[in-house]
Amino acid sequence: MNAIIVSALLGVVMMFSGIITTKRSSITYTATISLLVLLVANVLNTYGIWEVHVNTHGMLQFDKFGMFFNSIAITATLIYVILSGKDIEKTGIHVSEYYALIFFVLCGVSILTSFNGLLMLFIGIEILSIPLYILTGADKRNLKSNEASLKYFLMGSFSTGIMLMGIALIYGATGSFALGVLHDAPAAGLPVKASFIEVAGILLLFASMCFKVSAAPFHFWTPDVYDGAPSVFTSFMATIVKSAGFIAFIRLFESNTQALGPTWKILLSFVIIATLLIGNITAVFQQSVKRMLAYSSIAQAGFMLFALYSNNDLAKEGILLYAVAYSLATIGIFAILIKMKDYTFDGYNGLAKSEPVLAFTNTIFLLSLAGIPLTAGFFAKYYMLASVVKAGGSLWLVVVAVVFAAISVYYYFRLIQAMYFKEGYAETTGISNRFKNALLVLAVLIILFGVFPSLVLNSFYF
Amino acid sequence: MIPVLLILIPLLTGLISFFIKDDKSVKTWSLLSAIVTLLIAFTAVFSCYPAQLSYDAAWLPTLGSRFALMTDGMGKMLCLLTAVSFPLIFAAIFKNNYKQSSGFYGLMLLSQAGLMGVFTAADALVFYFFWELALIPVYFLCSIWGGEKRIAVTFKFFIYTFLGSLLMLVGILFLYFHTNDHSFALKSFYHIHLSGKQENFIFWLFFIAFAIKMPIFPFHTWQPDAYEQSPTATTMVMSGIMVKMGIFAVVRWLLPVFPNASVQFANIIIILSVIGMIYASLIAIRQDDIKRLIAYSSIAHIGLMCAAIFTQNKTGLEGVMIQMFNHGINVLGLWIVADVIEQKLGTRKFSELGGLAQKAPVLAILLVVMSLANIALPLTNAFIGEFLMFNGLFQYNIWIAAAAGISIILAAVYTLNMIQKVLYGNTVAATENAVEISGNIQLVLVILAITVIVLGVYPQPMMELTKDTVNAILVNH
Repeated sequence: MNAIIVSALLGVVMMFSGIITTKRSSITYTATISLLVLLVANVLNTYGIWEVHVNTHGMLQFDKFGMFFNSIAITATLIYVILSGKDIEKTGIHVSEYYALIFFVLCGVSILTSFNGLLMLFIGIEILSIPLYILTGADKRNLKSNEASLKYFLMGSFSTGIMLMGIALIYGATGSFALGVLHDAPAAGLPVKASFIEVAGILLLFASMCFKVSAAPFHFWTPDVYDGAPSVFTSFMATIVKSAGFIAFIRLFESNTQALGPTWKILLSFVIIATLLIGNITAVFQQSVKRMLAYSSIAQAGFMLFALYSNNDLAKEGILLYAVAYSLATIGIFAILIKMKDYTFDGYNGLAKSEPVLAFTNTIFLLSLAGIPLTAGFFAKYYMLASVVKAGGSLWLVVVAVVFAAISVYYYFRLIQAMYFKEGYAETTGISNRFKNALLVLAVLIILFGVFPSLVLNSFYF
Repeated sequence: MIPVLLILIPLLTGLISFFIKDDKSVKTWSLLSAIVTLLIAFTAVFSCYPAQLSYDAAWLPTLGSRFALMTDGMGKMLCLLTAVSFPLIFAAIFKNNYKQSSGFYGLMLLSQAGLMGVFTAADALVFYFFWELALIPVYFLCSIWGGEKRIAVTFKFFIYTFLGSLLMLVGILFLYFHTNDHSFALKSFYHIHLSGKQENFIFWLFFIAFAIKMPIFPFHTWQPDAYEQSPTATTMVMSGIMVKMGIFAVVRWLLPVFPNASVQFANIIIILSVIGMIYASLIAIRQDDIKRLIAYSSIAHIGLMCAAIFTQNKTGLEGVMIQMFNHGINVLGLWIVADVIEQKLGTRKFSELGGLAQKAPVLAILLVVMSLANIALPLTNAFIGEFLMFNGLFQYNIWIAAAAGISIILAAVYTLNMIQKVLYGNTVAATENAVEISGNIQLVLVILAITVIVLGVYPQPMMELTKDTVNAILVNH
């Protein structure tokens, strides 16, 4: 409960901080400190030391998994603000509002990690999405940003509508908003018999969740929105928000799939393969690094869907590790991207000569996304694959996935090639020593988690 | 403790190399590091305390993976090959100048650390880690310091091998969930019982990874381009040592874990290997470039080794063991000569060379020794190895042995052709002002030539060293 309340309050605090001070850097400092406060509040809650207690009548249920993910999301946001705070300040004049919106998103995240009924899921998704629509359009004078915002808003509303329809159908069929009502109903040993309305409701819910995590064939908004939004906010959307979407997805479907029977796995494997295929193959042909990252985020979503597919303890650990590895690496890559003058691959030519630290850390981040050993990304992928192998019976899907993982190397390494092997002078702006040090710390963290993934996972268990 | 040192020394010295700015000092530093590693490798070979030769520490308890290293005879032999090769390579290229040499030497040492790790790993996950780690530095070495087409060529090489390793990872995961104690330890893998269908499927996941690395026909297409475009020092590492990773992995991770599948599919693999041998030898005859010729000849030799492994009889395996070491030594010598010719004369094409023997007789003698070893002439080290391997093939199937035998003749054709075109005939524009080799390079080549002849006359120590590995495989059957 702490995270939900404190993040909402801090959002309001951030809004008012704009009145007290007009100095942009002090607003960023306020945000950094507020994030630390939020993190402490959540950690205290996780270990049961201090907790705000509100009776939610069972609509929210706080468990270790959710609260630990909150900590991950808050820490990632903290790193994101430290790395890209200067660029958030430059986006427009409403700096305090941007931070306020980020806090509201975090509030939505903490609802999504603890919802215990479809109603709270809906509220969480809305609290998460509406600030994002605004952030996407934050660059008010840029036509592309406006277009992306409108597109995102329209498509997002549609998917919310579909979700509501699904919830309504499920409510009609079962008479409850609670999760997993179904599997109490039949006597032991009997197959679950779901009504047509309920199956339809679950499918609609599935489609709208696929939309939120940009899984194919509901991914079409992603490249345009990611490309059009100001790069700083794309970074936030593609990492923290996306992982939160997955946590909600898993929470929702870990106990609700019996109604679909074996069809569920077939459906999901179709979505996984389509997502991997579209994400990876399209990313290969991109000329702009930002668009490539948009498609790569679709491809990574395909891998994260494995957690849903296998639905066992390894999958749960794995999705947490994946969230950490993917968020840290992508935040780093975006932080560097924002500093580039030219967003195309050619714009990175010769970066290793002009800015060796940026090129080196960017390489570590890319290797992590590609899943090369010694980086956190390897164990993230490892856990996903291992969970499916453990579940058994779907080895073909794992083989398909690794073929796509090999393809993903193609576009990640293109950037490494541009930085190291091609001649050119990559132009960058506003790189401070603090920024470089922060990048190095991030790279070291990625390698550390890549050698000892237990650092992340142990803190989950203790 | 010794295996840890073998990995740790190149790893740490390699990381330090990145920060040494002076060209001369970084060369000396890496040479020193390589010599220290060599001394440690010698202690590993002569050590009488088995406890020194393995290491086991907790790494990922929740996953059931331990940082476990061990060295059997084959491991010792390949660690020795790695440890011998690196000082020789560093000495041979001491006069060469590379831009950003600190990065070059740093990456070379890192690849050495990766190779040592592969040859000593006793845990599947550790093995996978080092398998990849050996690849990454080589990727950067080739892409930064290679020839004109380096970027595309190394990229192909990287994606090929990466795909192979990922398939292997799937296989490792599958086996992990079928071990009794849920562990990645080599011993647990050896005790897995799979159903026939599972074994056949997982066998190929592993074998494709190893076949790409060796490379075996039809997975070899990355190799000639990669060898040609890489800086020669890296090519030496790739063809001298890295290809042995594939052979080593088959012996350690494939045969004992999939005993039935490796008998069942032996026929297909041996036939593929023999096709590759003849095919590569035929292409080698038509080459006009020293590096490409050595690359294709290397495919032919590796094909023979792969075929001999799958015969799974004593002579064949013994032949593979000593040939792994000998091929490393011979091919290293050939690459050094190729590098010398390229550095001194500015060309690698036969059509632009000739009459070098008149100008540089010492180089000519040493090249002839290396080339004769490449053809496996008696008294050279390769003879024993190839003889044993052909003997093994002969026991397996006469017709296959006969077909493979053609490659001996073809090897003589292309190697002697190379000697003739490079060394004899009249001098041409490129060789007009050639000078004799001296200093480091001469020393290195002489050491290699002596090794060739000594091991050719007295191969017993190598066979003693690897006896335990051969026996362990044969016991399994």
